Amino acid sequence: MSKAISIDARDAPLVRPVPRTISWAWLGVVPFFLFAILFMLLPSLSLFVGSFQDKNGAFTFDNIIGLFRPDILNSYLLSIEISAVTAIGGGIFGFLLAYAVTLGGLPKQVRTGLMTFCGVASNFAGVPLAFAFIATLGRAGLVTVMLRNLFGIFLYDTGFNLYNFWGLSVVYMYFQFPLMVLIITPAIDGLKREWREATENLGGTGWHYWRHIAFPILLPSILGTMILLFGNAFGAVATAYALTGGSLQIITLKIGQQMRGDVLHNANLGYALAFGMFVIMALSLLGYSVLQRRSERWLR
Amino acid sequence: MAAMTKRASPWSWLWIGLGVIYFFVPLLATFEFSLRAQKGFYSLLAYQNALGDPGFIFSFSFSAVAAVATIVFGFLLIVPTAYWVHLRLPRLRPIIEYITLAPFVIPPIILVFGLIKSYGSPVRIFGTPVLPPLTNTALTTHILLVAGYIVLSLPYMYRAVDVGLRAIDVRTLTEAAQSLGASWPTILFRVIFPNLRVALISGAFLAFALVIGEFVLATYLNEPAYGPYLNLIGDKTYIPEALTIVTFALTWFAMGVIQFLSRGAPGQLVTGR
Repeated sequence: MSKAISIDARDAPLVRPVPRTISWAWLGVVPFFLFAILFMLLPSLSLFVGSFQDKNGAFTFDNIIGLFRPDILNSYLLSIEISAVTAIGGGIFGFLLAYAVTLGGLPKQVRTGLMTFCGVASNFAGVPLAFAFIATLGRAGLVTVMLRNLFGIFLYDTGFNLYNFWGLSVVYMYFQFPLMVLIITPAIDGLKREWREATENLGGTGWHYWRHIAFPILLPSILGTMILLFGNAFGAVATAYALTGGSLQIITLKIGQQMRGDVLHNANLGYALAFGMFVIMALSLLGYSVLQRRSERWLR
Repeated sequence: MAAMTKRASPWSWLWIGLGVIYFFVPLLATFEFSLRAQKGFYSLLAYQNALGDPGFIFSFSFSAVAAVATIVFGFLLIVPTAYWVHLRLPRLRPIIEYITLAPFVIPPIILVFGLIKSYGSPVRIFGTPVLPPLTNTALTTHILLVAGYIVLSLPYMYRAVDVGLRAIDVRTLTEAAQSLGASWPTILFRVIFPNLRVALISGAFLAFALVIGEFVLATYLNEPAYGPYLNLIGDKTYIPEALTIVTFALTWFAMGVIQFLSRGAPGQLVTGR
């Protein structure tokens, strides 16, 4: 407490550090913490506890062991693959777009337009997104039909299918790369002009600048943002549900089935599935915060 | 900024071009499809049918009310907390920030089953039931839904408020209000809230965009919201496409407002699922 007061006093001598108020100051954040405990911590804990219980509430490891069933491992793997593919693909494409509007010398309006569109597109997910892509690349979709009528290309004969892994990836990319643009643009803005000038003064070329300065500085941000994209795709449900109707068994759909579903459902296994998902998400966020700390050293 | 004088490289245009194609082609295709409800010529029939459907009106208003409740209660929770932390408890700031980021680790599907497991059976404190299951009545289910939406929008709403608070001189404003004899509620509602107007509106539209089409929480809580409704009508033709365009226009509107308000502030962090 005393440390906090001294910081306050140094920042703004005007504030009156009345001891009585300080000692009760924590009361002001009680509602927030209560909310966090009731609606974030408790639900998470209850899933954690539930994954070690059987139907009657007795302790068991069966659900955790059940996580290693081949079909469940496949679901995790499928989710991880699709999230990784769209995080890397969306990350690279998003970076190129962000680079084009920050350093690529494009008119300023292009940048404003791109940022607005990215705000919209990164929020445009779920059921409507699936509908949009069915109308585009589905069997009777506009692009499919146009390719057939104009160029004689039968898209679905080339191995493409909107309702499989790659199809879903194409759909996910729609909200993945805009998110990358939104988050990475400020980081690219943070590159200081002096760094490039210093390189040039020392006789370095543009390639040297990128290879030895800009890219190493941006790398933690790029990787960190890709991890966010990974989590973004990993938690998605509605798009895949509306698109494939559950035939593509990503882990989130599997959880839904175990909790509420057909004859074979087992809620406790569902809790364990959710817990496993939570662990993967927590690990990726941990990676994110490590990278974030590294990038903050140089940017800003 | 660094390359003001540089000419635009053809590569830049190529990437932007690809981005534009990726963005607009699905929209154009959906729009074109939605106009084909009548054979032989384009018409807005699908839109008439879609918007005139009582199911649409009901589910959409339901989601709109849920969004408003999320925004109001979310800000009532977040603004006083963020304000208080800025003013008196700066040491807590990292902890609060960490908590507001937690929803990134708790995807909706985990959150909803956590909520159902915690509150779907009689709520007990040390074994004694104190509340009946919250999922039993409509009102308490709505409360769960809105609480879940507040959790989901917490990162964005908190961020918006935090950025807003950084931009104003909280301490001086508070001092000035106190010298004039203002009480804490007066300070909050007549000084702090109005000064955060822009941040609040941005956060509100973000939350709106997030809640309006939300699917997972509403589906598994059996709420008659717009997201599940969209999925339900998915096997019809033309109507889903029309509603996709409508939903998209709404998202665009919400984001446009945010963009308009936060001109000059780069990199608004926004996302949704």
